[in-house]
Amino acid sequence: MTGPALAEAPAPVVPSPAPRRPRARTGRRWWRLASPVALVVAWEAAARSGLLAAEKLPAPSTVLATGARLAADGTLGTHLLDSLTRAALGLLIGGGLALALGAAAGLLRLGDDLVDPPVQMARMLPHLGLVPLLIIWVGIGESLKVTLVALGAFFPIYFNLYAGIRDIDERLVEAARTCGLGAAARLRHVVLPGALPALFLGLRLAIGAAWLSLVVGEQVNAQTGVGFLMMEAREFSQTDVVVLGLLVYALLGLASDLLIRYAERRTLTWRRGLRAT
Amino acid sequence: MATRAAGDLTGPVLTARAVTRSFGPAVVLAGVDLTVAAGETVALLGGSGSGKSTLLRVLAGLDDDAGGTHRVHGAAAVVFQEHRLLPWKRVADNVALGLTGPGVGDRVDRALAEVGLADRGRAWPAELSGGQAQRVAVARALVREPDLLLLDEPFGALDALTRLRMQGLLRRLRAQHGFAALLVTHDVEEALLLADRVLLLDGGVIAEEVPVGLGPAPSPDDPALGALRRRLLDRLGVPTS
Repeated sequence: MTGPALAEAPAPVVPSPAPRRPRARTGRRWWRLASPVALVVAWEAAARSGLLAAEKLPAPSTVLATGARLAADGTLGTHLLDSLTRAALGLLIGGGLALALGAAAGLLRLGDDLVDPPVQMARMLPHLGLVPLLIIWVGIGESLKVTLVALGAFFPIYFNLYAGIRDIDERLVEAARTCGLGAAARLRHVVLPGALPALFLGLRLAIGAAWLSLVVGEQVNAQTGVGFLMMEAREFSQTDVVVLGLLVYALLGLASDLLIRYAERRTLTWRRGLRAT
Repeated sequence: MATRAAGDLTGPVLTARAVTRSFGPAVVLAGVDLTVAAGETVALLGGSGSGKSTLLRVLAGLDDDAGGTHRVHGAAAVVFQEHRLLPWKRVADNVALGLTGPGVGDRVDRALAEVGLADRGRAWPAELSGGQAQRVAVARALVREPDLLLLDEPFGALDALTRLRMQGLLRRLRAQHGFAALLVTHDVEEALLLADRVLLLDGGVIAEEVPVGLGPAPSPDDPALGALRRRLLDRLGVPTS
């Protein structure tokens, strides 16, 4: 019954797996780049040989050259800034509303009863389908674009925050109570950090929805922005500018996702420990 | 964390009168009377579903729907069956949870040292083994310098060897700090090895009270222990041939 004699149990004999060579993994990573590079090369070759008509799809080098030209004369920067402003404003409004309502519904029974049913119903409406109605309500100016982005960003943040709060382990809240934490302190030390992973997921989805809403919104009577740049170019058959616009949208999505992932890694260090074990 | 002066050890640290709790039509606690004296260890024994954990939750102030009166005189701290550490706080921050004032860092360091984890303060809970995490939970209770420690099957989720070490640790800490303890367990042997007094919860009331009196560090081979174990197992309805 006493510990020491039993504690000397022989170590289990398990053949250690062969260590995986990191070089093989990086090699595989490079190998995965092969087909995208081949596609771009094929595209370039097809465009140069005249197989692809320039007005249908210009060569990637032409698109890049156009990008460099528009960036140099400041056109690209101006339109990009306008698009970014709309996205940021919409995210701020939609995200702020989602945070307030999601917290109210997640934390308070009254909030849950009052807020959640209408939000659940509204979720069924595809928000991009609201464009005609929104044009009647807010007109075709800036507010339409910002409203669309706000609507797109609202739902992912609301639902993930709500679920994140609801999924917090009640036993942790109890333990915090026995440590003498009041409601405000429990919110700060237990609920907020517990809901943070879900909130980050919501934010990533919201940013994706925001770009999508922006693409649609900027095609409605915009005078500035990346979408306007593309619509205008289409009228003059400047296919290279249209493709450039698509490339810019893609890069914006990629950059914002990387940014969120970086913030997530910095904030949720404790989950790295979780994975390490 | 000095040993409590003998002068503090007067009067009960816990009194409960006619505690009742029912879940819908099911009456789990039908009027429990309970007193724990200062420095005393009381084990609360009962079969599965006997309401022993429910009673502990009531006494810990975690159940607002219970009837009767209960009062803790002094500070109480709780150790649960699961460690219940916040995964997003490092070990030291978990121990310090809810503490304020100067010298918190030193108190936390001392508490961690007492459970043998002085060097793991910077670790994340997920990096600890089950036994280590439970020791941090004990440190989190200990750092509050409780007059009463409420333990809800604290070693139930641990393997047999770790459980034995944890029982030893608890005995040592109790001898050093002189806190009273109410230990909920379904393990008859654990109850007899750790407690001064065993209460048997059955039918929603304290059905039997058994003074143990095996001394401060009872040997598991003590014949008196065997007799008590047989008596309690018998009472719990487990045939002991």
